[in-house]
Amino acid sequence: MTQSDTNDALPGLNRRRFLWGGAATGVGAATAALIGSSWRDASSTAAAGHAEDARSAIHGALTVPFYGARQAGIDTPAQSHTVITAVDLVQVQTAEQVVRLMRLLTDDAARLTQGAAALADPEPELAIVPARLTVTFGFGERIVRLAGDNSAPSWLRPLPAFSIDDLDEDQCGGDLLIHVASEDLVTVSHAQRMLLKDTRSFGQVRWSTEGFRRAFGSEEASVTMRNLFGQVDGTANPRLGSDDLETVVWDSSASPAWLFNGTSMVIRKIAMDLDTWDELDRPGREESVGRYLTNGAPLTGHNEKDEPDFEKTTPLGFPVIAEFAHTRRARSSVPGEKIFRRAYNYNTTPTGGPVSDAGLLFLSYQADVDRQFVPLQQRLDELDLLNQWTTPIGSAVFAIPPGCAEGGFIGDSLFAI
Amino acid sequence: MKLSTKFATGFVALGTITALVGCAATASETAPSTAVAAQADSVSIEDAWVKSAEEGMSAAFGILSTDGAEVTVISASTAASPMIELHETVAGDDGQMMMQEKDGGFVVSKVEMILAPGGDHLMLMGLTAPLLAGDTVGFELTMEDGSIFSFDAPVKDYSGANETYNGDESVDIETDSASGSADDRGSDTRSGSADEGAPDQ
Repeated sequence: MTQSDTNDALPGLNRRRFLWGGAATGVGAATAALIGSSWRDASSTAAAGHAEDARSAIHGALTVPFYGARQAGIDTPAQSHTVITAVDLVQVQTAEQVVRLMRLLTDDAARLTQGAAALADPEPELAIVPARLTVTFGFGERIVRLAGDNSAPSWLRPLPAFSIDDLDEDQCGGDLLIHVASEDLVTVSHAQRMLLKDTRSFGQVRWSTEGFRRAFGSEEASVTMRNLFGQVDGTANPRLGSDDLETVVWDSSASPAWLFNGTSMVIRKIAMDLDTWDELDRPGREESVGRYLTNGAPLTGHNEKDEPDFEKTTPLGFPVIAEFAHTRRARSSVPGEKIFRRAYNYNTTPTGGPVSDAGLLFLSYQADVDRQFVPLQQRLDELDLLNQWTTPIGSAVFAIPPGCAEGGFIGDSLFAI
Repeated sequence: MKLSTKFATGFVALGTITALVGCAATASETAPSTAVAAQADSVSIEDAWVKSAEEGMSAAFGILSTDGAEVTVISASTAASPMIELHETVAGDDGQMMMQEKDGGFVVSKVEMILAPGGDHLMLMGLTAPLLAGDTVGFELTMEDGSIFSFDAPVKDYSGANETYNGDESVDIETDSASGSADDRGSDTRSGSADEGAPDQ
């Protein structure tokens, strides 16, 4: 990558000062783009031994490009904070209305992600710290069908019922997905409010949920996240920039033409019972997943990325990675039954008794929900020891349209005007 | 679509001012040889928008600027409203902020002229049809020399811009956003012949 090459020639300290200092004074789009693509580089340098300097580094000016062939916020390195909202477009009955709405929302997102106030933004000062803000839109089945009866891919519908589900209808489905993420929660809140204000004439919020990961800069960006059970979560995920991810997420060969450079998103809100999890001691916790808690290594290996050996047995003849272990159950021998996950933790105010209401926002991206996600979820539904402590309470499927060029709008490949 | 950070609150990035001043110096040097250039040619607007409204009144906003000498906007027109005025917001006798027609029009100098809720704005006095969020409205500004600057502004829902109008009759332009029955109107647009249906004045 040209940018890294250039950057490597500079001492880390100076490079960071130039990048972040430059962005803060608004040098321009070229600098912003450079920063957007080199942030990982900079943050890993900071973690490598410039702790003093990293503490003073300001990263609020970092941006992720909005316009492009694909929407940002999918194979973008996950930001620390997200808020995901589904809107029911109850007033929308025509494609023309969708176009009006998506023109407004696209313009809002294009401005806000680049650190500029939205049009008619009453709090413009809240917009100037994008901190890698991304806004990603998705369409539910009803909205896609407004473009024509044949426009919806076959997988665009609620997931089949699973026995482990205890779904709350108020946390399922929706016509329009608005997925906002940034390293800064103030930025997330402002962007969400500006976007939702522009949906008021078209519908109403169906559900909204907040998620978080480690704060930006508190550890290297390449570290696999941990969920609130303390588990390393997502080890087998396709790596960003890999051919694997390209196939898993973006292979649109079986999709309607408008979904070229688009994909699908499944959202599962999974409650985690931290109180009963507390009753389980460390060996039991590790056995439930088939991985060590220290570093996420399979119980048959030493390092996180070691391939699990599902054949390996104990001296007594039992499999080291149990039949019911999550790692074993999530693995498929069928090529293509693979997803790209981008999960977030949630932790909200508990009501009536328990001290926690926490869990995981399981965001899964795949080219084809029925071919990739459903078989995997069915296997976990049949047998996965983790099911004992986890309960899916929300579920939704959205088509993620491609990105757009400046002057266009998200969804213009579907609602071509 | 411009993405530069400019705020209607008068908070303008230093770099922008410098850049505009730099351009202006060049423009004034060459001005004498192009004395016949229409004033409208030097005018531009950024971040234009108009407040959605079911009926009655509304207002349009944006950031006007000129790359040449100072120009004055003397009137405005739009198919969305047969009556449109250049307004300013001032404190009334009772201390309340009031809107009224601005004497002498809008003077656009090299530095931006900001049209914003709570300040100067284009006042639409009698909408011919609802302004729906996400629609686009065309405007024409007439300059002192008679030249016309045209621009389009998207319609946005907005809860502010509710100052009392200090005109012949005292009215509140508070306008509920064009919600609720939006779907009843289908693909209604206001361009072209919309002004033909304007009521008699």
